[in-house]
Amino acid sequence: MSQARFGRGDRVRVRRADVPGHLRTPRYIRGHEGEVERICGFFANPEELAFNRHGLPRRALYRVRFRQADVWPDYDGPATDTIDVEIYEHWLEQA
Amino acid sequence: MRQHHDMGGEKAGPVEKTEHDYAPWEKRVDALMVLLSDRERSLIKVDELRRNIEAIGPDAYHKMTYYERWITSITSTLLQRGALTSDELARKLADIERRETAGLL
Amino acid sequence: MSGHTHHDHHDHDHDHPHPTQPDVDGPLTYHQRLEIAVRELMIEKGVLTADEVRRTVEAMDARSPAGGARVVARAWTDPAYKQTLMTDPSRALNQVGVEVGLYKLVVVENTDAVHNLVVCTLCSCYPRAILGLPPDWYKSRAYRSRAVREPRTVMAEFGLEIPDDVAVRVHDSTADMRYLVLPKRPKGTEGWSETRLAGIVTRDTMIGVAEARLP
Repeated sequence: MSQARFGRGDRVRVRRADVPGHLRTPRYIRGHEGEVERICGFFANPEELAFNRHGLPRRALYRVRFRQADVWPDYDGPATDTIDVEIYEHWLEQA
Repeated sequence: MRQHHDMGGEKAGPVEKTEHDYAPWEKRVDALMVLLSDRERSLIKVDELRRNIEAIGPDAYHKMTYYERWITSITSTLLQRGALTSDELARKLADIERRETAGLL
Repeated sequence: MSGHTHHDHHDHDHDHPHPTQPDVDGPLTYHQRLEIAVRELMIEKGVLTADEVRRTVEAMDARSPAGGARVVARAWTDPAYKQTLMTDPSRALNQVGVEVGLYKLVVVENTDAVHNLVVCTLCSCYPRAILGLPPDWYKSRAYRSRAVREPRTVMAEFGLEIPDDVAVRVHDSTADMRYLVLPKRPKGTEGWSETRLAGIVTRDTMIGVAEARLP
């Protein structure tokens, strides 16, 4: 736990990993690009906690905002609709 | 591969606005989780609960109710942690069945 | 520990018949037996006591949407409180005597331009500290699957039509945050007391599938 790599307003892309294990990054959002809405804080990594490990060092957790129209090609709603997802830093890369 | 619990964006029918008052046994399952996961006992982590729920096969997962998944997962985690053994569980379940038949539950 | 008949009350004697537990009417299901088995084994091993289980259930019963409604009503009437709620929800909850719980709360405000909707697609995360236990539909496959992809249709199924000039913001509660929707205060409630206002703040308005309305 030191510093968050991304800041509010940064454009980020969710990694497209397809791996077994306990993952808190939903599949539908992987590969998509959005904007950091806020840094939620630093939390033990749930992917490790799930196997009874301590999950340290803590990871930065972000709320990332995506445009619905970017996430769902057939999205049926105004362009202003968005979806916010909590994503751990190791699932994000600079967009 | 998509894991079955990871269902965001999947096709599904209308949302049926169901709810029920939780039965005492469901609340006790919840209470077990609260107690077993507290700092003092630390016998299960929330993410272990979730992982063991995700490990329930897709058919069973969709058939089970919420707290049926929970007690299944709590049991799996306690077995993995060595806090329970299958033998203890089998004997206890047999005892419960016997007591139930005898009208003692 | 064998021979006892009341699995919830090993620790005190009864001089009255124990009321049949509502869930023990028919034959027990496999999972009900499993719950009894795990609980009794944990008690026998000294990990927990029947009394702790009972008290934990009582604490659970004490949490309900009324807690969230108090918070919303105060935020509607007190701008300074609302400011605290938006920026430091834990402190705001403490101020009205609502227990915060383990998770961090994020409060999202409905306005004339934005409507918020909360879902947990991966499991069923829910702000239990302020809303109690979630309704079944919140945990259902249909809601978890569809709320992220067709939120407007899902809300319409709840009778809530959001106009196109209002942005819908869905929040997928995937990790360590929990969400409270701060609904819009309906017109016609000017001068209402906090208590009266709290009366129109339903659970569904704080999840985002309904709007607060006059009774």
